[in-house]
Amino acid sequence: MMKSYVSPEYLVDRDQNRCIRCKVCVNQCSYDTHYYDEEDDKMYSRTENCVNCQRCATFCPTQAISIRENPNHYKSNANWTQEVITSIKKQAETGGVVLTGMGCDKPNLSYWDRLLINASQVTNPSIDPLREPMELRTYIGSKPDKLDFDFRNGDVELKTKLSPQLTLETPIMFSAMSYGSISLNVHKSLARAASEYGTYYNTGEGGLEKSLYKYGDHVIVQVASGRFGVHPDYLDAGAAIEIKIGQGAKPGIGGHLPGEKVSTEISKTRMIPLGTDALSPAPQHDIYSIEDLRQLIYALKEATDYTKPVLVKIAAVHNAAAIASGIVRAGADAVVLDGVRGGTGAAPRITRDNVGIPIEMALAAVDQRLRDEGIRNQASVIAAGGIKSSGDVLKAIALGADACYIATAALVSLGCTVCQKCYTGKCPWGIATTDLWLTKRINPDLGAKRLFSLLRAWSLEIMEMMGGMGINALESVRGNRLVLRGVGLTDTELNVLGVRMVGE
Amino acid sequence: MQNLTKINNTFGDEKVIDACSIFGMMNLNGKRFSAKDPIRAIANMHDRGNGLGGGFAAYGIYPAYKTDYAFHIMFLDRDAKKKTSRRISEGFKIIYEEEIPTQEAKVTDPPIMWRYFVEPKPSKLENLSPDNYVMEKVTRINTETGKAFVFSSGKDMGVFKGVGFPEDVGQYFCLEEYEGYLWTCHGRFPTNTQGWWGGAHPFSMLDWTVVHNGEISSYGINKRYLEMFGYKCTMQTDTEVMAYAFDLLMRRQNLPIQIVSKILAPPLWSEIKTMKTKNKQALSALRQTYGSLLMNGPFTIIVAHEGEMIGLTDRIKLRPLTAASKGDFLFLSSEEAAIRLVSPMLDKVWSPRGGVPVIGRLLGPVPEVTE
Repeated sequence: MMKSYVSPEYLVDRDQNRCIRCKVCVNQCSYDTHYYDEEDDKMYSRTENCVNCQRCATFCPTQAISIRENPNHYKSNANWTQEVITSIKKQAETGGVVLTGMGCDKPNLSYWDRLLINASQVTNPSIDPLREPMELRTYIGSKPDKLDFDFRNGDVELKTKLSPQLTLETPIMFSAMSYGSISLNVHKSLARAASEYGTYYNTGEGGLEKSLYKYGDHVIVQVASGRFGVHPDYLDAGAAIEIKIGQGAKPGIGGHLPGEKVSTEISKTRMIPLGTDALSPAPQHDIYSIEDLRQLIYALKEATDYTKPVLVKIAAVHNAAAIASGIVRAGADAVVLDGVRGGTGAAPRITRDNVGIPIEMALAAVDQRLRDEGIRNQASVIAAGGIKSSGDVLKAIALGADACYIATAALVSLGCTVCQKCYTGKCPWGIATTDLWLTKRINPDLGAKRLFSLLRAWSLEIMEMMGGMGINALESVRGNRLVLRGVGLTDTELNVLGVRMVGE
Repeated sequence: MQNLTKINNTFGDEKVIDACSIFGMMNLNGKRFSAKDPIRAIANMHDRGNGLGGGFAAYGIYPAYKTDYAFHIMFLDRDAKKKTSRRISEGFKIIYEEEIPTQEAKVTDPPIMWRYFVEPKPSKLENLSPDNYVMEKVTRINTETGKAFVFSSGKDMGVFKGVGFPEDVGQYFCLEEYEGYLWTCHGRFPTNTQGWWGGAHPFSMLDWTVVHNGEISSYGINKRYLEMFGYKCTMQTDTEVMAYAFDLLMRRQNLPIQIVSKILAPPLWSEIKTMKTKNKQALSALRQTYGSLLMNGPFTIIVAHEGEMIGLTDRIKLRPLTAASKGDFLFLSSEEAAIRLVSPMLDKVWSPRGGVPVIGRLLGPVPEVTE
């Protein structure tokens, strides 16, 4: 075999004075980076294996390990960057598509940080959320344009029957990550945190493991192109059904769970033979048009007796507004938009970084289009893909989202360091793996606690910002773009966002 | 085309913010009285305004033209008056018209103001109800003619407003010579506008009027929600969205004020949780469906239309409202002192709870005051 021209990305430094040769690093690293040499009685590293996940450095009891980027860079070049050159070399050596994990890591596709939130001064009072009510309750589902009532001897009786709704105590849900792409323990953690907080976790396309059915009231079950694990009990188990058309990290393409990840449990849950590749086709092969989508929406509604909202998730693409309008008219109770920075377990890097549009723009365009067409009440809008703080959540809601999905942030709370190597199946943090030796690194008791704490922390932060604006109910921020101003944006960008410039 | 946005919002702020004094006085038996007391009361709260706007709405003042729509129109010049008159006579039968009587007072740059008592021409109505027809014509005059602005268009009622302190505006319009059974008044403290007569309160559509004290922090979404139902928020004031919200909910969707108040100022979820099943269902559905019309942030409003006066504050009562009754009179005011000034001995004085409407209604022989 030819020597690889690809140089190691990282160098592992070990302070031999601090190292006590306890071998924690050897045990923690799933990439075989560290080893112990008995003769020398010393620890060494195979630095080329390191993915900089920081697992060993975190667990080293004496802080002996530090990892740094390899300083051996190619000559600086704005076009022929390290990443470009490395990709080409890898392709020359393998002839394959360069894979990656997590969301797009390019800086130019984010707008959140160029939006700023308002606060009250003088003309209206700000509200202290620690002492006064602050309401984040959110309902996902189709709303009527008007309600009718009966009035009988002082009692008010609602005549209009509302469509099924999801009730969220915070506008944050856990986005789709399939069982298989992440471990059962992570699913357990997500399901329990969502149940305890009063929100929802999405199964992703890999079905719902039997032991998690008891969390069904807080589960959104996904139906994707592979139809893995989709059967009547599965549909009945969830509080809502999500049809996955696309994913922000890889719009227009399917998925591939390698056979070696398909363990006994996963094969049962996905309803596929043990050890076979789980291939999700690029399109849903019974949906080649909007009227086909309508048929699937209503097939699922029929199958569940119209008791659950049906969500349709698309990747944010150029004509998202028109597509979303079609989805609403096709009968979806909510449209999920997944932006270009959305994460993934595995995607071609070229697709992840070049296909799709930022969630901010897609969200703003979709919300405005649905309003222009007078159908915004008919469906909720959920924003996903690249939401990394409570500030982003609040900005998304002000742009028009009913709620947000988070996934990367949830995994980060469990330990993930966004090393982007999910596709290897060797996640040293025990998250994006089905290897039983690794998955036990996530203890669902602690995992659920960490996720719950994250939801709580973000919710408190949202309340602080709302209180600062003098607003005590989230519905008054929702779609209220006047609470936002843009900085460093062109007129056209501001126009699409429907936001004024700072100082205006 | 006249750009009301520019006139009313000189500096192009996202909305016009104003704080104010408001006062309402109603005789529940429909007995008519002059503006003397309402003017004294609103003048007592002089310091809550800054002289950049004052106005009145009066009901029952045109008994002789009870069945006709009374248009109060301001014109920037004689030519606009001529053109608008022609426009009106095309769509309406003009029963009577005259210049609105005025007298010397401390007001700034008054425009020419006329009133017309009109009936829609039946042949022109097509499928529209007379109310909708009037609404459409008024909107068109206000947005298309450039120099004419209809600021009152209900039956047997009228809005009088302008730039000045309310007591001066009242004097200018000789309001002591009118008698109505219901008066609402407004003294304005805008933080933006350069003082355009049309920008003063009350804001009106047909016989619905709103006087408002506050800043609606949810304005951005209230406006976008109303736009979905065809409303154009040309004035960029939160009072305008308040007026349209009432129009949508009460006139178009026929919801009673008890329900509407729960949309604009809903109870907290924690309160809804403890309610009886039916009320819980109704109020949950209201918040789910009409969340975008929740008026968040500080406000007190007095809304009036034929035979009814409603006072309402935001749900955590960030702006003041005092209610009082004396015999068959109902008072609503930013400050109790203003009520005491015109009626020192009161039967009942109370501070309405946030989000709970005070409703005064002409209802047959036994008038009803409900909270």
